[in-house]
Amino acid sequence: MFLALRELAFARTRFGLMGAVIALIAVLMVMLSGLSVGLVNDGVSGLQKLPVTAFAFEKHVQHDAAFSRSVVDDDAVRAWRERPDVAAATPYGNSLVNARSDGGVEIDLALFGVEPDSFLAPPVSQGSRLSTPDGIVVSTTAVTAGLRVGDTVTLDRIGTRLTVVGVTTGQHTFGHVDVAFVPLDTWQRIKAGVGPGGVLPDRATRESTAVALRAKPGRTLDLAAGDAAAGTESLTLEQSYGASPGYTAESTTLRLIQGFLYAISALVAGAFFAVWVIQRKHEVAILRAMGAPAGWVLRDALVQALILMVGAVAVGAAVGVGLGAFITGGGVPFALSAPDIAAAAAGLILLGLVGAAVAVARVVSVEPATALGGNR
Amino acid sequence: MNAIAAVEPDTSRRHGLVLRDVSLQHGDGPDLVRALDEVNLTVAPGEFTAVVGPSGAGKSSLLAVAGGLTRPTAGTVLVAGHDLTAGGQRARAALRREHIGFVFQSGNLLPALTARDQVRLPLQFASGGRRGRRDPRDLLAEVGMAEKADRRPHQLSGGERQRVGIARALVTEPRLLLVDEPTAALDRARSHEVVRLLAREAKQRRVAVVMVTHDHDVLEHCDTVYEMVDGRLSRHG
Ligand SMILES: Nc1ncnc2c1ncn2[C@@H]1O[C@H](COP(=O)(O)OP(=O)(O)OP(=O)(O)O)[C@@H](O)[C@H]1O
Ligand SMILES: [Mg+2]
Repeated sequence: MFLALRELAFARTRFGLMGAVIALIAVLMVMLSGLSVGLVNDGVSGLQKLPVTAFAFEKHVQHDAAFSRSVVDDDAVRAWRERPDVAAATPYGNSLVNARSDGGVEIDLALFGVEPDSFLAPPVSQGSRLSTPDGIVVSTTAVTAGLRVGDTVTLDRIGTRLTVVGVTTGQHTFGHVDVAFVPLDTWQRIKAGVGPGGVLPDRATRESTAVALRAKPGRTLDLAAGDAAAGTESLTLEQSYGASPGYTAESTTLRLIQGFLYAISALVAGAFFAVWVIQRKHEVAILRAMGAPAGWVLRDALVQALILMVGAVAVGAAVGVGLGAFITGGGVPFALSAPDIAAAAAGLILLGLVGAAVAVARVVSVEPATALGGNR
Repeated sequence: MNAIAAVEPDTSRRHGLVLRDVSLQHGDGPDLVRALDEVNLTVAPGEFTAVVGPSGAGKSSLLAVAGGLTRPTAGTVLVAGHDLTAGGQRARAALRREHIGFVFQSGNLLPALTARDQVRLPLQFASGGRRGRRDPRDLLAEVGMAEKADRRPHQLSGGERQRVGIARALVTEPRLLLVDEPTAALDRARSHEVVRLLAREAKQRRVAVVMVTHDHDVLEHCDTVYEMVDGRLSRHG
């Protein structure tokens, strides 16, 4: 610490510039983390908030399009209900529609067809819960988009009219589209494209997208055995996120950018300390000639790096959070998550330290005899 | 630290530094350089020894070996009775911080530290005082730098830097002081002041001093003068 602190103070311009670079990387890190979380919310918050352990889809369904392609029938629901580890199994319908409200609001909706008395029926923060055949409960984000309780929306093409009876608690979106919960019977008519007055084929009254499963408390579902019995193909709730439109590609892209940012920051910090330490090579030789233990020199340099990294990352993260608060609620899906930011900051600091340690460790082994002679 | 065995207690008490048949070779085959060739040297506590000689004669090599910076190819080096050739890197570093002080060319101070901190630095890693450590403040006063204790190296003259370097080397109360061309960057008057200071410290603190120099002017302050030619050491006429 003795030397580390004095050098930080003495070379403050140099360390300040380096700190600014690290801080900027930290700002970027926070923004990226905000975008990732925002994107996850936008893509799958409707699924995340369902009290579901797993979904059983149609056998051999394509995993990344399971919600749009899969069709299961009542037999599968019944088979799953008989499983000993299943607390509840209920049909679940999923389809995307375009709609227009009487007030002229055009809105895309992800219709979640659920039985109003099942565990999937959502609690509401305004209005009433699902009950009437044409009543829907919409996400709070649909309210932001202009829908109100009591509004009537008309679905494009088939002309089905639905009335907003309630609003969920919190954001429910699926594939960047607002979720609207609708009674399963109505969902089946919409899915089959049967408008008002049309007749729903008998087969369609027994079909849904998937079986929503809830495990008994403290039990893990034996999905393979259940699938074998019910003739389905199930995915855990987390696995099913990948079936949300665009979710996998988007999150892969962001993770890739994040990975690059980590790599860049490690390189930047490593390169800075490498140059800094090489400039100090003669000083280190003097210290070693004076008998300073290698551990003392190493520790001193690491403390220096730690102070710089922690200070710069703290400033950068604070700025990033400030900027993020500014963006949140705007058009961009953005949400700050404290654990994510903490993890990103810790990762940044750790990588910087590793870079510094590698640089310092190489110089500590300098030949102390080089301190002799050499007019510096 | 059993690697630092005290040998021959008689010699250790009487002598600050003993080199016995010390050779140092660099490279091998046709590139072989004998930097030191069977050097024998004894410097008693309080004795101020100078080594002169042409460039490339092996003077810095002598200091490196005497100070445990470099392990000789052959021979024995004793400092205050401890065998510097017996232990490894770590043991030699420990002996350096306990028993040996270095004064480098033009001070070799650390740019970030004030004069006071330069002198306090060795106390940061010294193992807490087998003997009494000296007070950095007293020491700076003794070398005439009390007034400028808060200055950094770039705010000091060459002679002042050298004085701080001497104070830094003495703060751990070493038994052996190794000095490499202390007057290389100084004018006549400053050179005499610095060497006189070294001579005074050697006497007062009973430190064995070996000073390498090109400067024949300052030899008058020394007790013994050796000459080094092609790695061989001999008494200077
Ligand atoms: N690491 C090394 N590898 C090979 N040869 C070396 C090495 N260090 C020193 N030498 C050689 O050893 C000899 C003695 O070098 P040394 O530095 O001790 O001379 P010196 O008397 O201090 O010279 P100067 O007065 O120029 O400082 C020289 O011939 C030098 O080239
Ligand atoms: Mg030399």
